[in-house]
Amino acid sequence: MSVLAHVPTGSGQSAPLPAARSGRYRLLPYLLLLPGAAWLFLFFAVPLFQLAAASLYDPSGSLSTGYALTWAFGNYPEALQAYWPQFTRSFLYAGIALVLALLMGYPLAYAIAQKAGRWKNLLLVCVIAPMFTSFLVRTLAWKTILSDNGALVGLLRDVHLLGADGRLLATPVAVVLGLTYNFLPFLVLPLYASLERLDHRLLEAASDLYASPVRAFRKVTLPLSMPGLVAGTLLFFIPASGDYINAELLGTPNEYMIGNVIDSAFLVRLDYPQGAALSFLLMAAILAVVFVYLRRAGTDEVL
Amino acid sequence: MGHDAPAGDLRLANLTKRFGVFTAVDDLSLTIPQGSFFALLGASGCGKTTTLRMIAGLEEPTSGQVLLGDRDIARLRPYKRPVNTVFQSYALFPHLDIFENVAFGLRRRGIRSVGDQVERMLSLVQLDGYGRRRPAQLSGGQQQRVALARALINHPKVLLLDEPLGALDLKLRRQMQIELKRIQTEVGITFVHVTHDQEEAMTMADTVAVMNAGRIEQLGAPADMYEFPATAFVANFLGQSNLLAAEAAGAGGGEVAVSAHGGRFSVPAGRARADRGPVYLGVRPEKLHLVGSADQVPAGHQHVTGVVTDASYVGVSTQYLLRTGWGSELTVFVANSGAYGRLPVGTQAVAHWDPRHAFLLHREPGEHDRTTPVLDEPVGASS
Repeated sequence: MSVLAHVPTGSGQSAPLPAARSGRYRLLPYLLLLPGAAWLFLFFAVPLFQLAAASLYDPSGSLSTGYALTWAFGNYPEALQAYWPQFTRSFLYAGIALVLALLMGYPLAYAIAQKAGRWKNLLLVCVIAPMFTSFLVRTLAWKTILSDNGALVGLLRDVHLLGADGRLLATPVAVVLGLTYNFLPFLVLPLYASLERLDHRLLEAASDLYASPVRAFRKVTLPLSMPGLVAGTLLFFIPASGDYINAELLGTPNEYMIGNVIDSAFLVRLDYPQGAALSFLLMAAILAVVFVYLRRAGTDEVL
Repeated sequence: MGHDAPAGDLRLANLTKRFGVFTAVDDLSLTIPQGSFFALLGASGCGKTTTLRMIAGLEEPTSGQVLLGDRDIARLRPYKRPVNTVFQSYALFPHLDIFENVAFGLRRRGIRSVGDQVERMLSLVQLDGYGRRRPAQLSGGQQQRVALARALINHPKVLLLDEPLGALDLKLRRQMQIELKRIQTEVGITFVHVTHDQEEAMTMADTVAVMNAGRIEQLGAPADMYEFPATAFVANFLGQSNLLAAEAAGAGGGEVAVSAHGGRFSVPAGRARADRGPVYLGVRPEKLHLVGSADQVPAGHQHVTGVVTDASYVGVSTQYLLRTGWGSELTVFVANSGAYGRLPVGTQAVAHWDPRHAFLLHREPGEHDRTTPVLDEPVGASS
């Protein structure tokens, strides 16, 4: 959650060192960088290359017979052709969940940042508290909440929002609700950090300059919370679109997202080339979405 | 109500604001004529900013009216009032450039072509060519001008200025004081200026209201108030005064005779706020003159004798402390015009004054002399 720690830019630099000592200390920043860089290299760059190589293996190989690197670029169109519904579903579900999360998360972050007063810290803890339990447990809890015999379904049936044998579990609704819930804090926390810095005197100024509350929100609050909004939506959307736990536990194969396909390719069907190719396609798609989004949102703070 | 008020006068009628048990503004009534430069002067916490915020609509009055012409605007939302504010913190929008900051009010009122007006306003505050910069790229003085332009462009009926020069250094502040005065004369809009800086108020305003504890102590033209303050608070808030605890024996023959610390003095009846019982006999430090002995005191002047205990040379004047026989220290400012030599500390001296420069103020029984220590700034300089 590094987004929360907004380091003041510019003030973090150390004072210039005396010339006589600069020789010995010039290497220091690089030395400090070394552990992190080594970690990143070993556990990110190397596996990434390995995965890239795997995505180009001969698809006729298997774990028992061994794989040969045959530069089989055909893995990509094949994987896409076979699983494009899961791809679109991933982005669709993540997108709907994002909209729901924004509708809940923005007012929540705003209220905590600007209106909560002395309850601020307690409310923040409440936002983070679910993180103290595992992702899996939280999702399983939702399975209970949405279950056919549960109170929620019973209530919805009573008010005829659901038919007599209507259900929530094992439907797209359940998966989207699960995604919304599980990733909501990632949206709320950066937004909170942005909104917390919002100077309410600017809103007074806007109001003094003929802006109604709605206009003041659109012209002052929203633009000024943009860095947090962008960071929050990315932190929400990226893991949500790659997620497979929610579809696995709250949905059926009809709700499977691309994460489920990758999961099964690696762990069930043992089709490594396809799993790797799908992973890269997912990464490329997310990068494309993020890139377009950042260009449109136009926040120089993030890129 | 308000049938005889000209269209644009701003009137506060019995305006009161309470925060819990604390009364910030206490039954305030005053009229600010259209087109005037009005200053609300007072120490922090006296209620001047709360008054301003109630005019702006950022604070809702507990009771009372804010009348613009004969319309009560006290309950209108701020964005519905023909009033704009220059905030103490400037409150410029950091995500908008200077042009858009200045155009903000026009755009919110649905005015499409703002370019010409913004350019004209930027040149009025001498910021031509700064339109594309961000507020953070400007100096404090420039930001202050942007805040002014952003408010003025809307041609408000009343412009409110909340300590707009507080964050500027002394030299820039002087420059902006003159600038503000020039702009006010040029645009002819009513300015209501809140400040704790008495020099600022006196330099710029046509009318000054000195506030204390939520009420107005005195209201008037700066020179009138300085020359003849109404209360001991005003006498010492607007410049400095030597106030001697005295007893007045009543008016007679156009004069009020008073006795103080064994001496007998008199003040013209027209300069007495009280003429019987406990009073303060007040003389401004620059109205006191120092001579070596009592026989040098000019005819008609009154005097007290003392010992010089401090002499601070501050360039334009020398500021003396004169310890009187009864132990109070009078402050005396002597202009360094070259006419007199300097008096060393420890010498006997006589302070004398023209009784027409003295004034009498009401004093609560039991209150003692009020003489202020010498400041290390020249006469009238802000602290």
